[in-house]
Parts: sequence; structure tokens; C-alpha cells
Amino acid sequence: MKHSALQIFRQAWSSHRKWPRTWSSPEPKPAYDVVIVGGGGHGLATAFYLASEHGIRNVAVLEKGWIGGGNTGRNTTIVRSNYLLDGNEPFYEWSLKLWEGLEQSLNYNVMMSQRGVINLFHSDSQRDGFIRRGNAMLMHGADAKLMDRDELEKVLPYLDFDNARFPVLGGLCQPRGGTARHDAVAWGFARAADQLGVDIIQNCEVTGMRIKDGAIDGLDTTRGFIGAGKVGLAVAGNSSRLASMAGLRLPLESHVLQAFVSESIKPLVDTVVTFGAGHFYVSQSDKGGLVFGGDLDGYNSYAQRGNLPTAEHIMESGMAMMPCLGRVRVVRHWGGVMDMTMDGSPIIGLTPVTGLYLNGGWCYGGFKATPGSGWVFAYTLARGEPHRLNAAYRLDRFSAGRIIDEKGVGPQPNLH
Amino acid sequence: MLEIECPWCGACDQSEFSYGGEAHIARPKTPADLSDQEWGDYLFNRENPKGWHREQWCHTAGCRRWFNAVRDTVTCRIKAYYRMGAVPPEEDGR
Repeated sequence: MKHSALQIFRQAWSSHRKWPRTWSSPEPKPAYDVVIVGGGGHGLATAFYLASEHGIRNVAVLEKGWIGGGNTGRNTTIVRSNYLLDGNEPFYEWSLKLWEGLEQSLNYNVMMSQRGVINLFHSDSQRDGFIRRGNAMLMHGADAKLMDRDELEKVLPYLDFDNARFPVLGGLCQPRGGTARHDAVAWGFARAADQLGVDIIQNCEVTGMRIKDGAIDGLDTTRGFIGAGKVGLAVAGNSSRLASMAGLRLPLESHVLQAFVSESIKPLVDTVVTFGAGHFYVSQSDKGGLVFGGDLDGYNSYAQRGNLPTAEHIMESGMAMMPCLGRVRVVRHWGGVMDMTMDGSPIIGLTPVTGLYLNGGWCYGGFKATPGSGWVFAYTLARGEPHRLNAAYRLDRFSAGRIIDEKGVGPQPNLH
Repeated sequence: MLEIECPWCGACDQSEFSYGGEAHIARPKTPADLSDQEWGDYLFNRENPKGWHREQWCHTAGCRRWFNAVRDTVTCRIKAYYRMGAVPPEEDGR
């Protein structure tokens, strides 16, 4: 059923009780051409683009829990493409372009809101670095705008501009950046993929991989063996665990990242703001809650919950940037497991096992990449080779010395 | 807040410590003989287990000495501490 204004009107006659299920839940078939492991945004987007762009419809998405119950439902919903390096910016810009047309291509309201993303700077050298990044973005066809203090005071009057240690000198703004409703992204991709014939199988955990002569043959799951011509992994924090079933070691550490939501307040932050002197970012949801986050907890963790020293540190950073936050109460906080790569950039591409493809290492930047990641991963799965946009994200870049270290901090995954 | 037991100072708050990642990654003795794959494996690849993890901590805001701990990456429970260079507890039969 196609969503439309007319449909809402029609369904109102039956008090909205006759809307069909958003996606079906079929029994797994014995084998598929392509099996995607991981029913988050990336896995579902991959399945959708495999079916819609490449005509491969004998596809299953296996999810150990429920659709969008992992990091897709745990992030802070920010969408942007403000990167510096050649390996990154074209990919993220393509992803942002897909975001801009996503609601039409999925026929689903993902509440994409291009409210702008502003990165604050607090010193002359930081400003110069941001100008360089802004220019790199412009040269790759993205948008960027340098804002001085006067302009910022009009948009964000409550910032602590004259902070003694970290005065706010200005910001780099990407006006096309913004936020999207994260659950709706998972549901929209699931619905669109389901309508194209993709089987979405929830509560189905992969327990082993069968490999014959160096090529993938299928997956052992909690719902029996499922044969597969090709397998794509999109399992975020569990990438190392799944890859170890195929005998692979990955350049990853899993870390927990926390996010927070405040009580609902009247409109205060009508953009996304990031602090430049600590790690803190905030936006306001349509319900009125301030959504914010900051640093990783700092040690390997598969726990989907965080620890209090980091929570305190994040609140302190927020207070340094925006002192009025101190009057707002936090109502919820949670954690998600991030697969942090050694250079802070993702891995999308082939593995040493024939037919096994990896999409992971998203660190804490996976949500904005959802459509782009699915698009290039579908291409890679369909053609057996990476697209131009994810060619730099190959797994063997680590041994080849072609790392993409956007922040320049070296092989320290807890610093990216 | 985790409570971490420094082998020298005793139990202290987590905020006094810094994390040093997976333990027992020995630098190859003859790097020049290694292939790019082997060198990349040493430099970048990690076990990253879900469960018991042998890892390094430094008592940064205390005695500033490094030590090892065996911690569960799901529950954060730490079951053993041992000094740098010591045999990991699971391997000495304890």
C-alpha cells in the first residue's frame, strides 16, 4: 500500500484500524542469493538498494533482535557531510544527497530536517583548520559556511561566548545538515525492501559460518541453516565477533557510546551544535527533548549501557558551551556498541573469504551514512567489487598503509 | 564508576586510571622480515572479544604504573589483576 494523503483520509473511515503491517515476517527459505546479517539501518538499506538498483530480490536480512533495536535506534540522529579527506567527503556527500530524496524513494516519512549543523571554534588555529575543512567540502560539491561571532549570537544567543578558557569565536556551518527520525529510517527501509520481495527475518541470530574451499556457503542460525551465495555483514559492534566465525581478525575495538535526552522544553536549539573545545553535540527533537552526547567510555565494551564518569564529563562539556543547560533535567540515557576502527573510518568491501563482504567500523558516525552505506554496499555485493565512492574503505588498507585518519590521532580507537 | 584494584595502591576509582587496550601484543623481534599483512596484523588487528578480555590499565592519577586486568566486556566485572610481564592467570592454572 502506498502512503499518501488520500490514504490517510481513507483509513480514517475505519478509525485507522486497517493499516497493513509495515513489513511481513516470513519463515526463512533454505537459501538466498544474498544474505545480509544485521537488520539495522545499514543492512536494511543494503537490501533495499540490492532490490531496487540491482534487481537482486532473493535477499534475506537476518536480525538477532528486532529491526532498528541496535545502534539505529540509539544514535543522536544527526545527518551531515562535513569531512575533510578525499576518501571520506565524496562518500558522505553522496549519502547526504540520498537523504535529501529518501522520503520520496521510500514513500515513508523519515522526518528529515535540514536545520544546519554548526561546529564551534574557540581559537585562531581551530578556525584555520575549520576553514580548510570547509573549503574541502565546497570543492567536493557540499555546502559550507563560515559564521563569525556576530552571526552566531543571532542564532545561538545562549552560548557562553565570553568563556574565559574557551571563548566562542565562530563556527563552521553546513546548512544542508540536520537530523532525521532514526526509527523511521529503519522502518522505512524495511517496508520498502519488503515490498520489493526481501525477507526480513527477526529473532534470528547467526551462530556460525560454513565456508567451503575458501568461499562462503551459508550460515548456521538459531532458526536453522540458511544457504547463501553471498553474505554481507552489517552488524556494527559485533563485527569482530561475526568475522571471527569466518576465521578473520579485524582492526576493530568495540566501545560503548552514550546518548542522553532531556525533558521536553520549548524550542531552544533549532540547529545542531557541536562544542569545539570538548566533545559535546546537541540538537532538539520534535518532541522538545534536547538530544546530546559526547565521548566514548574509553574501554572495550559490549555493554549497551554506559558509566557515570563519562556521563558527568559530557554534562560538564555541555555546561561549558551552553550554561542554561544546567536548569534542564535529563530523563533518559543509554549506550550503544560502536565498532571503532584503528583510523576512525569505516570498512566497506571484500574480505579474504570469497562471497563474504563486510560493512562495519562505523565508529560513532554510522547514522548519517545509512543510505550511502547501503547504496555502495549493495553495489559491492552485486558486482563483487567496490564502487568508486567506497574504494578507499577497503579492509586491506590497514596492511597496505592507506589509512584514512580524519582526525590524525593514530591507531587509538578510543580516541576517534 | 568501576572500582579498579591497582596491584600497588589497592582499590581506587576508575577515573584515576587510563585504559591501554588489549594486553600481550608483543612487538615482533624482526619487523623487517615481516610481510605487510603480518605487520598490519600486529599493528591494527585485535581480538575484541565479547566476554573475558585481558587488557592494560595505567594508574595515571596514582602511582603511574601499568598493570594487566582480566575484565568481562559485557558486565565490566574484573576477575583478576596481574603485573606487567607476569603469566596471565588462566594460563598458570589458577
